[in-house]
Parts: sequence; C-alpha cells; structure tokens
Amino acid sequence: MNLRAVLRGEPAARGSLFGVLAEFETVAEVLAAAERVREAGYRRFDVYSPIPIHGLDEAMGIRQTRLPFLVAAGGLAGALAGLALQWWTNAVDYPYRISGMPRVSLPASIPVAFELTILLAALGAVLGMLVANGLPHLAHPLFRVEPFRRATADRFFVCIEAADPRFDGEKVRDLLRAAGARRVLDVEV
Amino acid sequence: MSSVPFPLDNTAEDPRRRAPLVLGEQDFTTVTDTVCEIVERRTPPRAWTVAIGVSAGLTLVLFAMLGYLFTTGIGVWGNNIPVAWAFDITNFVFWVGIGHAGTLISAILFLFRQKWRTAINRFAEGMTIFAVICAGLFPLVHVGRPWLAYWLFPVPNQMQMWPQFRSPLLWDVFAVSTYFTVSLLFWYVGMIPDLATLRDRATGTVRQVVYGILALGWRGSGRHWHRFEKAYMLLAALATPLVLSVHSVVSFDFAVSKLPGWHTTIFPPYFVAGAIFGGFAMVLTLLIPVRAILHLEHLITLRHLENMAKIVLATGMMVGYAYAMEFFIAWYGGNPVEGFTFLNRAFGPYGWSYWLMVTCNVVAPQVFWFKRARTTPWAILVVALLVNVGMWFERFVIIVTSLARDFLPSSWGSFVPTPVDLLTLAGSFGLFLTLFLLFLRFGPMIAMAEVKSVMPQGGLELGPHRGHGQYWGEIPHQHEGQHEEEP
Repeated sequence: MNLRAVLRGEPAARGSLFGVLAEFETVAEVLAAAERVREAGYRRFDVYSPIPIHGLDEAMGIRQTRLPFLVAAGGLAGALAGLALQWWTNAVDYPYRISGMPRVSLPASIPVAFELTILLAALGAVLGMLVANGLPHLAHPLFRVEPFRRATADRFFVCIEAADPRFDGEKVRDLLRAAGARRVLDVEV
Repeated sequence: MSSVPFPLDNTAEDPRRRAPLVLGEQDFTTVTDTVCEIVERRTPPRAWTVAIGVSAGLTLVLFAMLGYLFTTGIGVWGNNIPVAWAFDITNFVFWVGIGHAGTLISAILFLFRQKWRTAINRFAEGMTIFAVICAGLFPLVHVGRPWLAYWLFPVPNQMQMWPQFRSPLLWDVFAVSTYFTVSLLFWYVGMIPDLATLRDRATGTVRQVVYGILALGWRGSGRHWHRFEKAYMLLAALATPLVLSVHSVVSFDFAVSKLPGWHTTIFPPYFVAGAIFGGFAMVLTLLIPVRAILHLEHLITLRHLENMAKIVLATGMMVGYAYAMEFFIAWYGGNPVEGFTFLNRAFGPYGWSYWLMVTCNVVAPQVFWFKRARTTPWAILVVALLVNVGMWFERFVIIVTSLARDFLPSSWGSFVPTPVDLLTLAGSFGLFLTLFLLFLRFGPMIAMAEVKSVMPQGGLELGPHRGHGQYWGEIPHQHEGQHEEEP
C-alpha cells in the first residue's frame, strides 16, 4: 500500500473490494457461519469477535501456532546468556577471588540465569505473538466500516476477503445471508 | 438467567450448579457500557477527585523527601550502624510483596482455571505494576548516590569492573527488573482487546489516536485470538515460577547472610506466602471502596470478595505457621544466639511491633472462618487494613530486631525513625495511589473480554446448568443438535 496515501488516511485504490462482511449476534451463530464458510471452500476469511471463541479454531480450520517453540528458544537463549554472562564477567574477565570459592559455581549462578530465562521467553511470547499477528496494524479497511466498531464490544463478524481465489461477490453474499447474517456489507479497500 | 433477581447472593455452594460470576440481567453490551463508562464519563466521581488530590499531595511529599535525601545524604534517615537497613528495605519488601497478589491472580489462578479471577485480574495486575514501581524506588535511593545505580548492571564501564554475581543483592536487581518487565507485558497484552474496545467507542480525536495506538490495531480476528490466547497462557506459565522466584530471591537478601534471625531456610516459602497474604489484603483494601463507589457489585460480586477472604485466611495461617516454626527452630536448633534473637523479638524493646504483627496477621484473619465475615464488605475491609499494617510490621520486625541485636552485645544498637523516614513511607503510598487512580480513570479497569467469556453468552447457550460458561474442551455443534453434559 502507498505509504503517503495511508498517512493521509486514504485507501490506495478506492472502489476496489476488500471483502464482504457479515454481522452476527451470538457466538453460536458465528461459529456455525464460520464452519459453513470453511466447508464452502473459502480460505481467505476471518471471524471477528469481542472474545476468544472456543471451538472457532476447529470451525475455521486454524492450525496450531508454533509460538511455543519460539518461547522455548527464547528461554533457552536466556538461560545460556545468563550462564555465559556470569561465567565471563566473574570468572574470566574480572575474576573474583573470595574465600577460596571456585570461580565458576553453578548454584550461585542459578537465580540470574533463571530470571533471564523467564525474561527472554516472555519477550519471545509477546513479540512473537504480535509479529505473527501482523500487529501493530493501525490502518485496516475494516476500521472504516461503522458497524464494525462493535466487533470489540458485542457483535460478531465474518469477513470473506476478495483475495480468496473462489471469491465471487454474489455467491459470497448469498452464502453469508444463508448462514444467518443479520446484515451483509461490502468492505472497500 | 433472565429471571435471576438482582442483587443476588452468589456465595452459596451447590455442587450441582456453578455459581454465576456476573449478576443481574447482563449481556455483552451492558458489561461494555459499565466498564467503559468509568473512563468515558465527563467528570469523575467526587470521591475520585478528593482521593487523587490527597494522593497527589502525598506524592509531592515523596518527591520533596527524595530531593532532601539526594542533596543531603542517607543521614536524614534514622538508619545507623548496626541498623543499616530500616525503613528503606522494609518498604521495599512490603511493596514488592504487595505486587505478588496481582501476579497470583493473573497467572496462577489462570492456570488453575479459576474463572472468578476475570473480574479482578486487571485491577490486581495494575496494582502489581504500581507496587513494583514503589518497591524499586527504595533500593534505588537507599544506595545514597542513585546516579551511580547503573553500577548494579553488568554494563562495561570505565572502572573495568563487573558486578559480583554471587551476591543476593545483585540477584534482586535481576529478579525485580524481570518481574517488573514481565508483569508489565502481561498487563499490557491482556489489555490490548479492551483498549481496542475503548478505541472503537471513542468519540474525540485524542482518545481515538491514543487508544488507537495503544490497541496496536487489534480487531478481534479469530486468527489473532488464537495466537493471543496461546501467548497469554505461556505468559501465565512463565509468570508463575517467576512470582515464586522473586520473593524467594528477596528472602535470600536475608537468608544468605549469617545474621541470627535472618539465616534460616524457611524464609523463601514464608516470604512468598506472606507476599500473597499482604497482596490480597491490598487488593481487597482497594477493591472494596472502588466497587462501592463505581457501583460494580454485579461484576465484582460477593463471591469474588469471599474467595479472596478465603485466600487471606489460608495464607494468613501459613504465615502464622512460619512464625511458630521460626520459634521452634530457634529453640530446637540449640543455638543460644538464635534463641536470644527470637526471645528479644517477642519480649525485647521492639516486642510491641512483634505482637502487633501477630495480632494483625494471625489473629485478625481468623474471623474469616465465619461466612458472615467473609461476605460483609466492611468487615473484610477492616481485616484487610489490619493485614496491611501487620505485613509492613512483619518486615520491620525481621529487619530491625535482627540488626539491632547482633552476636556481640558491644555491637548492639537501636533504630528510631526520623520524620523523613515516616514522610517517605507516606509518600510512597501517595505515589502508589496516584498511579492507581489514574489507571482507574483512563484504563479499562475490568478485563471486559475476559468477563464476557465467562458469561453464559460467551459460550454456547446450553441452558443454565452451564453456569458461568463452562465451555472448555470439545464444543458441540448446535446445528447438529448435540448437547454436551458438564465434563
């Protein structure tokens, strides 16, 4: 997208379709609709809701995130960094000679290594989640749709995107209406 | 649910049905309105205005005292040799302990699937952040020359020296700074969906821009929720051992030394239990007035207060056990210095503070054996206030009585606080309350998205026996006509 146009708050190409948005009132409705949309073969679609809906992953066909591996890697990096830091600073670069104690002692290194393990794992979890979700993403076509404001309060939405290879405006609108949508809207880019 | 009368006592224990966690005829719209209205109303309640006036005044007192401290020196406090740690470290341990209840509510209760946490976790996490800010202040200023505090960090410097990693004081630096960072991440990540709600409801440009940036463009996407929930669960799993480690490390500051009264292996669990005990008391102290003033009784119900009172009772008993066990070991260990230290604690010059501690921490919570006391907000508030006092004195007793009576009578001393000590302590409460009141006014103080997901509407409408929204595990597909029983 053209950066300058985004900064002016203008869409890059007004008039072209981002997708078709359908509004639902309950969890059960939107869950059933998501399943119908997936069964109809659409892949570029999403459900928007004010709460995490359990069972939605199966209904939409979302695969398990690989975030836990990133968190484990962060934790491992933190542990190794903590041990290496203490070994290098206190045993090699500036050896402390206190009461004839060994230069490197694992028990005394545990607290700092543990804290760094947690710190890097937590940073991995948060930053990994944000990057994988493509956040921050301050300008999005859906934010220009007035009824969509309630997606973070008390309404549920399904949006089938025009980028889906099977996308056909009329068919999509019919499908969403048949799935019980309270209203169906076109979303411009 | 629609015929449920309000107000309703939801503290009854009936194993056949789950007690509702949100009372009255509530749906997603009313919950959103109730929580957002606190932030969106034009003028805050009068009580808020008065409270922030007082707390901001106290914060100025804190800044004045710190300015006096920095320009004059540590001598403005009553600290001396042998009592080199007094109010400064007492306040540090007190405040960092307060924070632990927030993490317990947000992380440990989350892992245990205690869904009543949803109404209070944001509030308690905010309390954690502000308490840790107050806690971090005291070690920073007690070094005397805070502009050299960076020496505590492993930063390459002109002296070509590194910090000594075998010192528990350095572990503290890592533990408390990690704790602050992770608590902040946990608080903020959990708040993103609610900040998006505030953004979407905002009418003014300033609010739209500020909440818009803070919400990072969250739009409630199902694919985003999937990773969000995984990240949140992982953060909870990381914060749980962290919170236990932080107060253990704080207790190492004492336990790793050789001082009688400090050198004991019971300290880590004893400190962690005490931290949770004191922290819950502080949550209740803040929550009960806020709940009444902002009329949140249908979201923060009696059941929430009762559950917290039970935790206060349980952790208070653990703390009482630790007090008793310290005395037992002092006798059973056969070390005369250790034995003397404990007799001195109870019957020496600071004996009054010991008995004040025991009265507030062990005796006062016993009223929570009675359901009447657990479900009467003002009674809970009185006990919570007493526990706050008792927990501050616990740290005072541990620190001051142990330092004042060392091994050799020739090195004995005593500590008397100066007005600067007392005003700095009062000022730290001012800073804590100011930050807290600002959060109440400008942030989502109740985790709306989480409260909604424990409401019956948050799961599938499968009848009232599903109670507060028991939707874990397999979700039945309604259009296929299946119904699933409670697992």
